[in-house]
Order: sequence, then C-alpha cells, then structure tokens
Amino acid sequence: MIEVVGLNKSFGDKHVLQNISATFETGKTSLIIGASGSGKSTLARCLVGLITPESGKLLYDGRDFLELSHKEKKALRAEIGFLFQGSALFDFMTVEENVRFPLDILTTLTKKEKQVRVDEVLERVELPSAHKLFPSELSGGMKKRVGIARAISPRPKYLFCDEPNSGLDPQTSIVIDNLIHEITVEYNITTLVISHDMNSVMEIGEYILFIHKGEKWWDGDNDKILKTENKELLSFVNASGFLSTKKAGS
Amino acid sequence: MASFLFHLGQYILLMWRVFSKPEKISIYRKRLFDEMVSLGLASLGIIMVISLFMGAVITIQTAANIDSAFIPTYTIGFTTRQSTILEFSPTIMALILAGKVGSNIASEIGLMRVTEQIDALEIMGVNSSAFLILPKIVASVIINPFLVIISMFVSIGGGYLIAMSTDIVTVADYVYGIQLDFRPYHVAYSLSKAAVFAFIFTSIPAYQGYFAAGSALEVGKASTRGVVQSSIVILVANYIITQLFLI
Repeated sequence: MIEVVGLNKSFGDKHVLQNISATFETGKTSLIIGASGSGKSTLARCLVGLITPESGKLLYDGRDFLELSHKEKKALRAEIGFLFQGSALFDFMTVEENVRFPLDILTTLTKKEKQVRVDEVLERVELPSAHKLFPSELSGGMKKRVGIARAISPRPKYLFCDEPNSGLDPQTSIVIDNLIHEITVEYNITTLVISHDMNSVMEIGEYILFIHKGEKWWDGDNDKILKTENKELLSFVNASGFLSTKKAGS
Repeated sequence: MASFLFHLGQYILLMWRVFSKPEKISIYRKRLFDEMVSLGLASLGIIMVISLFMGAVITIQTAANIDSAFIPTYTIGFTTRQSTILEFSPTIMALILAGKVGSNIASEIGLMRVTEQIDALEIMGVNSSAFLILPKIVASVIINPFLVIISMFVSIGGGYLIAMSTDIVTVADYVYGIQLDFRPYHVAYSLSKAAVFAFIFTSIPAYQGYFAAGSALEVGKASTRGVVQSSIVILVANYIITQLFLI
C-alpha cells in the first residue's frame, strides 16, 4: 500500500502539487487522471524519487520514502517497477538484456535463475520469442509489453505506469490495460497508472484520483465517476469523448 | 562568465559522480569492451586514411619548402617524423575524433535523456552518469593512445610511399631521416597527450548530452556544443601540455 500525505511541490513560483493526499491499496489498480499539465506525472515522479517534494509524506507500507537513508531508498527502489510513457527501453540492449538488466542490478540471482525469470516474464507479456530483438525492431505495443516485462522482472511490490496507452491504437490499449490489471491481481502488487484515457479508467480503474491544477479534485471508484457532479471532472470526462462514444455504441 | 562557472561547476560535479564507486563491476565490464569497439575500432578506418594522406602531404610540403642546398634531403624524413609524432597524430586525430566520437556520444546520451532511459536507470538505483559515461571515458583513454601509435606508423608510411613514388627524396634519405635523433620521450609525450585528449573529447560531449533537455533539436544542439567545446579545450590543453613538458 502506498499512502501520500499532504504532498507539495513547486517549480519556482509555480505550485505544481498542492497538499495531495491519497491511499493506493495493494492488489488494486489505481489511476491518477487529469488533463495535460495537471501535475499527475510530477506526482508519479515524486513517488519514485525522481523529484523531491518540498513537504509531505510518501509511505510505502509504512516506510516514509523521504525519511529513508540512501541505502534504504536503494533497497526500496528494488521493490518498484516503472513503465515509462515511451517505454524507455535501452537502445543498445536486446529485449532479453533489457528485461535482465534490473535483475543484474537489483538481485543476487544466478545466471540460470535470471534466464528462467526473463523467459517467464516475456512469456507473461506474450512475447516468448522476442529475446534477441532490439527495441528499434519492435512495434509500439511490443515496446510497452517489453517495458512491462522489464518492470515486473524483479518481482516489484509497487508498479507505476506512466501513460501506458499513449501512441497505441484502441485495441492494443485495451490489451495493455488488461495486462497491467491481470499482473496487479496475479502478483498482488500496488499498481498506479497515470492516464488521461477514460477507457482505461472504466476498464481497469478500481480507485481513481483526479488531479486538477495540482490539487486533488476528486477520488473514488469507476462506478461513481459517471455519476459525479464535480464540474471539473465532468468537463474532463466530456472532453475525453468517452460518453459520446458510449452513447453511439449503445 | 557566470554561465561559464555554472557549467564548469556542473561538469566537475558530474565527473565526481562518474568516478564514484560503481554498483556492480560486472555490468561495467561488458560496457567497457563494447565501448572500446564502438569508440576505438570503429574509428580505425578513418584514422588510417587521414594519417596516410597527412604523412604524404607533410613530406611533399617539407620538400617544397626546402630550397637551400645546405639543408640535406634527409631533413624531409626527419621533419615528417617529428611533425607526425609531436603534433599531427595526437592532436589532429583528437580533433577528428572530437567530431566523430564526440558527436556520437553527445547525441547517444542526449537521446537517452529525452527518451527517459536515464530516468529508468535512476529509478532502478543505478548511478546513470557512471553507468553511461565511465565506460566511454575509460575505453577512450585506453584505446586512443593505440590509435595514435597506428596513426604515427601509417603517417610515416604515407611519407615513405611519396619517397618511393616520386623523386623529391630518395627512400634511403627518407629512412635515414626518420631514424635520425629519435627520442623515445617524444613518443611518451605524444601518447600522454592522446590520453588527455581522449578524456576531453569523451567527457565534454557526454556532459552536454547528459544535460540535454526537451526535443531532438536540443540533442542536436548539445551535440554541436560538445564537439565545438571539446575541440577548443583540446587546443588549449595541447598548448599547456606542450609548454609544460616539451620545453
């Protein structure tokens, strides 16, 4: 479980995050949604330590990330998997090497054990024969899958996915969403997805945090989101075109 | 001036991180050999071609500038050797490599920055600056003196081909000239320069690439800055080293 308590972050005079508090439970897929520039990616970056917030608490199962020593932070990082918007696969490594890399860095597994793990996660993301390919030889959807495989290879307790559907067609987006959700349940991990895709919200969002202008504007589950009277959230949902697509479909 | 000091400070801090204790030596070993191949062996062809023509031209120009009958023709071989060992092979090759290797390093690391690959390393707890830059610097500092040695031989060989194919100097005089008053210290001095220049043409473009931000356009600009700055620093360092160790 990840708890965020009173998180604040500014860049110069601009307050990017203001007093954000939320709880992301284990075994659930939580979504942080909001328009571009609302601060959701900054929140994710604060959570994994890429950006240091000015104040607040980031509790990973009770451990405050901001209070940990360098060594303890490093140990905690071994429990975090991160899927980047553009996948961020290392260009100079093959798929297999990309997936094995966190194991080389973060674990003490033997060579054979690492190979078993690599095969297992590539199988899990349905890329059993992509071992020797380079990222430049992969499609967008395949890159996301490899990104997920790399993120889950060290068996993380916390999985962060930054805009996992960006640049993907609707069908592949659903496949990636479902894959993330299945992995969350299967491995019983805490998953946070940063998104502005309403389809993802309705498909896999068990807890949704809506951020507007750096502030927590609304939170709840996906059943409640369509019944909300929150003006800003309604405007976000309407602007996404999700409701019109739904009406046309029904 | 403030900007210069800011970048100098940032560069020193980056180098401090680059040379800090690595997390796992094993992951650096493979990177080191890969970099030796990509930064060193991949440059061998261009080094040989340039050195061959450089030696040939030095020989012809020296001959063209010796008018006096009191200057023996073996001076052509002697001058070719001295120019090659002291200056052309270490410095000109460093400038060539600053263009070839430097732009490659800045754009590679800059692209990793804008595509979040560096962030991915940081999240895994990897010292990204050391992981990406250290193997490049070490590989270059090790391999560049060897490239310079090859350049020296090929350049002097280029002069030898001129001696064989023209009548501006006899082969015997040329060979006598290149052996005349040979001082091994000059080779050591030259190889030391090569190592220093290698550090410069890898670390400065790496710095530019590492702090590139935004778009592909910014990466391109960082690459250009890396090449220009490393070329200037090579020339300044060349002057300082020459002043300190040759006179």
